[in-house]
Amino acid sequence: MKGRARRACIVAAGLVALGGDTALVLNALNANVMFFVTPAQFVSGSMKHAARVRVGGLVQRGSVERDASGLTVRFMIFDTAREIPVLYRGPLPDLFREGSGAVAQGRLLPAGVFLADQVLAKHDDKYMPLDVAEAIKRARSTLGVSVTAADTALVPAGVTR
Amino acid sequence: MIPELGQFALIVALLLAITTGVLPLVGAARGITGWTLSAWSLARAQCAFVTMAFSCLAISFMGNDFSVAYVASNSNSMLPLIYRFAAVWGGHEGSLLLWTSLLTWWMAGVAVFSKQLPIPMVARVLGVMSWINVGFLAFMLWTSNPFTRLLPPAMNGRDLNPLLQDPGMVSHSPIIYMGYVGFAVAFSFAISALLSGELDAAWACWSRPWTTAAWAFLTLGIMLGSGWAYYERGWGEWWFWDPVENASFMPWLVGTALMHSLAVTDKRGSFRAWTVLLAICAFSLSLLGTFLVRSGVIMSVHAFASDLTRSIFILTFLSIVAGGALVLFAWRAPKIGLGPGFAAISRESLLLSNNVLLMVAAASVFLGTFYPLLLNVLGLGKSSVGAPYFDAVFVPFMTPVVFLMGIGPVARWKSARLPDILVRLCWAALVSVASAIALPWLAGGWRPMVALGMLLAVWSATSVLTALAGRIGEQGGPWILRFFHVPRGFYGMLVAHFGIGIFIAGVTLVKGYETAGVARLDIGQSIEAGGYTFRFDGTKPVDGPNYRAQRANIVVSREGHVIAVMRPEKRFFVVQKTTMTEAAVDRGVFRDLYVALGNAAENSNTAWTVRVQIKPFVDWIWAGCLLMAIGGVLAASDRRYRLAVRERRQAASGAPHVRIRTQAAIAAANVANVANAKETRS
Repeated sequence: MKGRARRACIVAAGLVALGGDTALVLNALNANVMFFVTPAQFVSGSMKHAARVRVGGLVQRGSVERDASGLTVRFMIFDTAREIPVLYRGPLPDLFREGSGAVAQGRLLPAGVFLADQVLAKHDDKYMPLDVAEAIKRARSTLGVSVTAADTALVPAGVTR
Repeated sequence: MIPELGQFALIVALLLAITTGVLPLVGAARGITGWTLSAWSLARAQCAFVTMAFSCLAISFMGNDFSVAYVASNSNSMLPLIYRFAAVWGGHEGSLLLWTSLLTWWMAGVAVFSKQLPIPMVARVLGVMSWINVGFLAFMLWTSNPFTRLLPPAMNGRDLNPLLQDPGMVSHSPIIYMGYVGFAVAFSFAISALLSGELDAAWACWSRPWTTAAWAFLTLGIMLGSGWAYYERGWGEWWFWDPVENASFMPWLVGTALMHSLAVTDKRGSFRAWTVLLAICAFSLSLLGTFLVRSGVIMSVHAFASDLTRSIFILTFLSIVAGGALVLFAWRAPKIGLGPGFAAISRESLLLSNNVLLMVAAASVFLGTFYPLLLNVLGLGKSSVGAPYFDAVFVPFMTPVVFLMGIGPVARWKSARLPDILVRLCWAALVSVASAIALPWLAGGWRPMVALGMLLAVWSATSVLTALAGRIGEQGGPWILRFFHVPRGFYGMLVAHFGIGIFIAGVTLVKGYETAGVARLDIGQSIEAGGYTFRFDGTKPVDGPNYRAQRANIVVSREGHVIAVMRPEKRFFVVQKTTMTEAAVDRGVFRDLYVALGNAAENSNTAWTVRVQIKPFVDWIWAGCLLMAIGGVLAASDRRYRLAVRERRQAASGAPHVRIRTQAAIAAANVANVANAKETRS
């Protein structure tokens, strides 16, 4: 092959490879991006049941129930306005606590229960998931829920800042 | 008094850094010898003052000085001494101080170990590094001062984050920072070369050992972080594709590409522009990694509360460094030239393909990490991209990389013949295919992904042996002595490539054959998993220095024989009021037993949920990383980098089939180089 023809071949092969890579990446991205949903959005019915999503908010105080084996947990996630029941089987993270922020990953069953395959609780006294903080803020502003003293006590310091 | 001294040292260091950023650069450009030579003493002085600031903060921590706000929020008088020292880099401000300290230590390293390089070159490198230091020192002094006093002083501190109270974490941060900061050296060499316009092969040779050393540190740092996540987070996972992990992985991928591209520029003179671009990229991603961890831009376990002024400063600094470097590159790149050409099948083309693949892989990680941020900015909602994306993308990109990695070392520079390569790698390919078919059967069931993994793992190992045999065969003299004739850099490469094989074997086998079980166990009850029986013998309270714990006693047996007694803990940290799972791991070459306590049962005083896992070959993952890092250290310490004047003949002897014409050209270039070097020295 002459120099120019060979170069054209190499360029063409490169373009094909690049196109294939792009398709692969975009396809994988499309299939695996998970949206963050607030309990209010769930209750208002704007979400499809089938999609895998993450739902975040605070763990309702007094809502955590375990079955006899202690492995399956049921609790309510709420954004100070609306709440949604979450069902989860497995060990909960150390930082999971009633009244603190948590994010559950999974899908909504037609019965209105969120079946989680993973529960995250990333926070300490200073920090809580930004998504959760925002969900609470949004719930307050859009639903016109007044901020009571009890609510502010639930939200760790630094979030309202 | 001590904190004020530290503050003062930081201010002096900033002024010194600005001076180092101006005098030597101007001196080198205008040929003012006195100014150029000032770089050495200025760099040492910077190092001394930043180290002094670091020591002041360390003293404040060790002496429990809770009148310093940073100490009060990251330490406690109950904290053990070693963690009080490690707490220096436990938060945002202190980790920045660690960063600048390491940067000045690398600077001192460059000043001390670069005696054989032309003086203006080293002066420029130190100047560019000082500008990076200016950015960090200013950032610290204006937005994140570790020495800010707390009035009135706290009675006691809020304690170090319990997650960080672990030997793995104590060493993880400094070592990974050594890697990040090390790429600053490669970056500074590239920028200095652009500034001076002398982008010849000599520049690549000088920056190679530094880049390789930085890469080795980064590899080791990532390994420690992953090992820490494995036993400390209680899930037994070793990689989460968390944004912060990705932040360290992207510079690693680009750094790997850079290391190989530098090899080509050094040995053959090709890829100059590409190498410079990679050096800029690797360091920019390191900066991004540093800030991603601390800024809270992306939600992650590692992130601290975000602060708007800090984010703005970070973005400005990043755009100045990356943008400025790229503008300089665009301005100077046309002058760089392409270097000698090469055939479609040659070591150059193989290395180039791997470079491109590594960059594409890095880009796909970048996309997965920042896509949620992009969607959010566009108002399309909050989202996250999870591990399935990275798994789906990574296997197809890395498979050809590993395949080409096996061919590269046996292919000749400039032009290789395909039949030669096929003949030499024939048995390696056969063994790999045979293992891919046979090994999964033996391990416990044939699965396509396990077969692919074993194929790649065995291919890495056998191709390394082929390359070694080929190299030994080229040498003359008695067999034993031949091993000593092969340069250390070549061994480094082989060890690192072999490490990749070990790593892949570990990943494949643990993903393919791990088993787990969860159960609520009362005293005397047991759970079975993977042929092992775990008997729960109850818990007893244990007190640590700053925590209270429940320690379980779990007896593991197999076919009636007791194998191990494991003691996982649930710790409650008194000051921060957080609970932490301390998993128990029984390590072995072929399998790890992993036991973690879940929750205490509500309706019983003695029962707990217990999670057990059997992880085959999981330690091979870190063994592989360790081999890669060792390979990096071997390569960086090769004798040839220490020679006063480069001996091109040595490089040429590595490729004996180079045509005579090119050899003559190299000799001519060499003479010109030496003349150049002599000129600049005088």
